[in-house]
Amino acid sequence: MSKLVLPKIDKKTLDKKEYIFKALAKLINPENILSHADEIKPYETDALAAYKQTPLAVVMPENTQEVSNILKFCHEENVKVVPRGAGTGLSGGALPLQDAILVSLGKFNKILEIDFENKCVVTQPGVTNLAITHAVQHKSFYYAPDPSSQLACSIGGNVAENSGGVHSLKYGTTTNNILGVEMVMMDGTICRIGGKTLDQEGYDLMGLICGSEGLLGVITEVTAKILKKPQVVKAALIGFPTIEEGGNAASEIISNGIIPAGMEIMDKALIEATDNFSKAGYPRDAELLLIVELDGTESEVNELLKQVSDICKKNNCSSLKLSKNEKERLSFWTGRKAAFPACGAMAPDYYCMDGSIPRGKLAEALLEIKRLSKKYDLLVANCFHAGDGNLHPLIMFDGNDKEQLRKTEEFGAEILKACVKLGGVITGEHGVGIEKRELMCEMFNDNDIQQQLDIKLSLDEKNLLNPGKVYPILRKCAEEGRVHVHRGEEKFPDLPRF
Amino acid sequence: MSIEVKKNSQIFPDSNNTYYPEDELQVSSLVKELYKKNIPTELIGTGSKSFIGNKVQSANKLSLSKLSGVIEYLPEELYIRVKANTPLELIEKELEKNNQELAFEPMDFGFIENGKSNKGTIAGYLSCNFAGSRRFKVGSVRDHILGFRGVNGKGDVIKSGGTVVKNVTGYDLSKLVAGSFGTLVALTEVTLKVLPKKRLSNAIIIYTEDKRLVNELFDKISSSSSEISGAVYVPEEPQDESYKQNKEIVFKFNDLDSKVSFLALRVEGDKVSIDERVKALTKELDLNKLNTSKLDIHQSVPFWRKINNLEIFEQTKNNLLRAVIPPSKGNELMQKLGNKYKYYIDWCGSLYWIEVSSKKNMRIVEIKELVKEIGGYLTIIKTSPEYDYGEAVFTVDDTRLLISEKIKKSFDPKRVFNPGKMYRGI
Repeated sequence: MSKLVLPKIDKKTLDKKEYIFKALAKLINPENILSHADEIKPYETDALAAYKQTPLAVVMPENTQEVSNILKFCHEENVKVVPRGAGTGLSGGALPLQDAILVSLGKFNKILEIDFENKCVVTQPGVTNLAITHAVQHKSFYYAPDPSSQLACSIGGNVAENSGGVHSLKYGTTTNNILGVEMVMMDGTICRIGGKTLDQEGYDLMGLICGSEGLLGVITEVTAKILKKPQVVKAALIGFPTIEEGGNAASEIISNGIIPAGMEIMDKALIEATDNFSKAGYPRDAELLLIVELDGTESEVNELLKQVSDICKKNNCSSLKLSKNEKERLSFWTGRKAAFPACGAMAPDYYCMDGSIPRGKLAEALLEIKRLSKKYDLLVANCFHAGDGNLHPLIMFDGNDKEQLRKTEEFGAEILKACVKLGGVITGEHGVGIEKRELMCEMFNDNDIQQQLDIKLSLDEKNLLNPGKVYPILRKCAEEGRVHVHRGEEKFPDLPRF
Repeated sequence: MSIEVKKNSQIFPDSNNTYYPEDELQVSSLVKELYKKNIPTELIGTGSKSFIGNKVQSANKLSLSKLSGVIEYLPEELYIRVKANTPLELIEKELEKNNQELAFEPMDFGFIENGKSNKGTIAGYLSCNFAGSRRFKVGSVRDHILGFRGVNGKGDVIKSGGTVVKNVTGYDLSKLVAGSFGTLVALTEVTLKVLPKKRLSNAIIIYTEDKRLVNELFDKISSSSSEISGAVYVPEEPQDESYKQNKEIVFKFNDLDSKVSFLALRVEGDKVSIDERVKALTKELDLNKLNTSKLDIHQSVPFWRKINNLEIFEQTKNNLLRAVIPPSKGNELMQKLGNKYKYYIDWCGSLYWIEVSSKKNMRIVEIKELVKEIGGYLTIIKTSPEYDYGEAVFTVDDTRLLISEKIKKSFDPKRVFNPGKMYRGI
């Protein structure tokens, strides 16, 4: 892994460490302050486990006022702060800094109100994404964004990263599915944005906070919108003999006016890997596999499935299976959801990339990745949220071989640059964090980045909140930007990642 | 006051002190001059919604009307990239060719101004962020903006977002620009998400005066899995000559008794799925026990257009308010409004459009207080010529105002763009 450049360590902060601990102990219950090396260890990294840093201390406030007090103190004393939710992020957004206090929102773990009348759930930020759905599913409601780590990732972290999921083409990402937040600014100001109404008036601060990766405020409460479950959900599993034909079919589905609830693509390498791993019964002769999920009324879904089938047949599909029941629909997803662990079983290490491209450029992107795979002599498997253009190539390598590691890093950076060239972006859903920081200039020029930094400094003038993340420190496009998993040593190895 | 922009080409104002730059570079050069010389300037498109918000205190105007036209439209990628001042009508026509639409259902503020359609430009529409009836199902204007280019108050060209739906690269400035009433950025280019148009639309009409039932129905509709894409309530007009009595004429359809109060809901899709949804709804809403009628596609489409054109407030000389509330508080607001005001409810109980007679200007403050109390917000869209209470147009608390000031400064430190349009000091 490339050497990581972090903000300059403030020696003054380190020198007054004891004073800081004492002061914090007056602000919150001293039992909620961790400063011993053993206690801090689990917090040294998030799910981008290749990078580790030991924070000055970990504090676990129990309410908004405590968060405010901590931030106000740190602001006055020029101490950096890194907020942390569940720590499942893949881009290092919650990576601690040696001279920073890590504010863990782990104790904010309660759902505060379930309001069916206003179709929302008011929750503390440490509650997991899936727990929101669990709290309302008895009345057939759910919370729509479904990042693959939804079992463990927290809703506060979802807001910070604007998390998406498989269904984001039809149902949007976090920013489209929350009604309000309460947050604490770096100077300790508590601010409520939105509430139980649709939209908010004035500057859309909620839109700004969503996806701001913990740089503008610490989220202390979230009001999430809940939706009624669709009447009927069915899926189709389709194999294609060539990448082009499968890519074209996916494009044609959209251009025929069909908006699938989910549409996923896997290439041959991944079909084989996942089928070996999870015995999903995928067509192993296919070069490309398409999963299309549709929801609506019974006849509508049947009609759409017929149209999807026709489009796929026209594009010369080699196999086509429609789900006959819920069990079969879920079985279609088994392999897809096992994509990451399946790759972990194939090679000692893999890098997971995350870029977005226009849907229609899929064939081009996959062929380019294939070409690069040959050039670097490294195996790659691809999965693609085809509905929303989000591509996840998984490059397999052996990290003990320094030459392979170097080649993998180059390969990965070339893929992301290709995404930008094809009209896409360097991160679709994992965030920039520290991982893709130096690649920001592939997309943005100095003016664009300066405007974003100006916003940051207008709300955190001392640059104390989560510094060193998102914006380039080097201002050069270094070859960074991947999730490195070594011999299954991924943090949260049991979490599905797709 | 006139400014010469020499760097690329000279731009002179017309006799109304209005500048008409022709491209982004000219906008940038012009704003750089305005910034240098500290000159406050009103940003305008076609002026279709310029009456909304406070009056801008500036002698200069910057018209972006020459920045118009489709740059790129890829129906299969579900996006259209346009110059910022492209008329909405043109965008909608272009999308229509591929059976696509802007799902947030743009409203038409021309009717309340002068009785004629005038949808204005996409930049103007985005700056207001007022979505139409489909809002509660598909999201607001801000949910359909994928990216933009524009010039900030220092004259720097900036961009954010892109053309793809999933994008977490940097702050999502598109959201911030939506609803900012031209106080942050002079937009030059906008990329919009587009969606396929539903084949058919039907409306179910339920006749009732019962406020409790109306709110119960809104609750059931928003809890339904029948994908209802419109739900409005239009009560009887107040028997007060200061309000135009036009409801019956505006909603004159064969299958609608427009004299009385009614709730209308919209189902969309192909014929079979509409039938399926109507069947499901009949059970869910217990429609057989209610007095109902149905509008077919030929009536449903113009009905929803009239709703989104605010035609019942056509050419009003009264005050017009827009209140958004948590739907559970509908009863309280309806009780307050009684039959003293002309109003209708949209967004399945969340949005109230309220006309307040010019003789009752004082009432605006009362209604605003109640809306705030029940957790909503109120925007004064239009005031009567006699209105002089100086009530703030927008609802904002001190903390958010402070944050807004800081954000404004980061885009436009010298308050060149639309000073005072939203709040004093911004």
